[in-house]
Amino acid sequence: MKEIKVLGSGCTKCVKTAELIQSIAAERGIEVQVVKETNPEVFMHYGVMRTPAVVVDDELKHSGSIPHRAQVAEWLD
Amino acid sequence: MLSLFTDLATWLVYSLAGFSPEARLGQSLHFFVEDTTKIFALLVIMIYSIALLRASLNVERVRDYLANRHRLTGYGLGSLFGAITPFCSCSSIPVFLGFTSAGIPVGITMAFLITSPLINEVAVLLLISLVGWKVTLLYVLVGMAVGITCGALLDAFHAERLLQPFALKAYRNASAGQSSGASRERMTLRERHTFAKDELADIFSRVWKWVFIGVGLGAALHGFVPQDWFEANLGHGEWWSVPMAVLVGVPLYSNATGVIPVMESLILKGLPLGTTLAFCMSTVAASFPEFVLLKQVMQWKLLIILFLMLLMAFTMVGWALNIGYVG
Repeated sequence: MKEIKVLGSGCTKCVKTAELIQSIAAERGIEVQVVKETNPEVFMHYGVMRTPAVVVDDELKHSGSIPHRAQVAEWLD
Repeated sequence: MLSLFTDLATWLVYSLAGFSPEARLGQSLHFFVEDTTKIFALLVIMIYSIALLRASLNVERVRDYLANRHRLTGYGLGSLFGAITPFCSCSSIPVFLGFTSAGIPVGITMAFLITSPLINEVAVLLLISLVGWKVTLLYVLVGMAVGITCGALLDAFHAERLLQPFALKAYRNASAGQSSGASRERMTLRERHTFAKDELADIFSRVWKWVFIGVGLGAALHGFVPQDWFEANLGHGEWWSVPMAVLVGVPLYSNATGVIPVMESLILKGLPLGTTLAFCMSTVAASFPEFVLLKQVMQWKLLIILFLMLLMAFTMVGWALNIGYVG
């Protein structure tokens, strides 16, 4: 099961990003665990300066916006 | 070219809807229609074209550019990049930490973060179209000067001591010297277009309601506050009116997009320029929600110092401009 972290200060874009990932995973029947991460020390750990950012299995995949559907699909496959 | 919107409003409000140009309601509606149509048209065109140009400029590149700068040039550059780099206020904390952990002094980082909400392409665009280029230039210079001065002062008393411990640790570790390699891939025109399109949708979805609120307030002021009220009561730049304007601006939270139409209306009503700018900048830059966010990386003491510093800076700017303007 993929572990996905959405990094952000809890703004609407971060919430939307988490929801988007969850809904695409559900559509494709892929099991994921999506965690919202608001701790600034974690941002620093991944070197993230723009939120929302997405970390998949401990690897930073995206930063600075709500990702496009195609990107999300790519991470999940 | 901008008179197109005046004509449109005149036609819609006076000819088509039949309001009288003499009546207060008619004047308010005219102001509202003219400003909203003008602002929305300009926003769409300008956000897109500017985003196309600066697609490859991001905070990671700014950080690499600012790291290891001499302090004196650092404040100016920090403030300048704050004005031109796009970033959403919800990214303030990660940007702060990213800069700090790259060893950039707190003052330079704060010059960036203070200038950023005050000056951006939307603000400059609105200012030029609503109050003319002279006031725009003044606004930009004042905004940068406040960012630079507050930044330099923060470093003068070693504000980094008052960061939260984990942020201070990151700053000290970085000062030992390490570099980060931000990607510098070239962007194709197609990628730039995608970026600009996303940016337009993003900024527009954030600011459209502020345009309505700001223009609505401006229109109400325009139509319903008697022309001589401000002149008679605040028109001579009474010294107390400036700190009062700054204090009134603190609990009012708005971004630059919302406050500029109000600014236009205040200036038209004869409120002195210094008082107007002090009020508007305090509304935009000294807001409680922003400060509560910064609590994550700063101790209370530093937050309070920063807040007071901003209020004093805006007050002094207001006084200085009023002396020049009224005197």
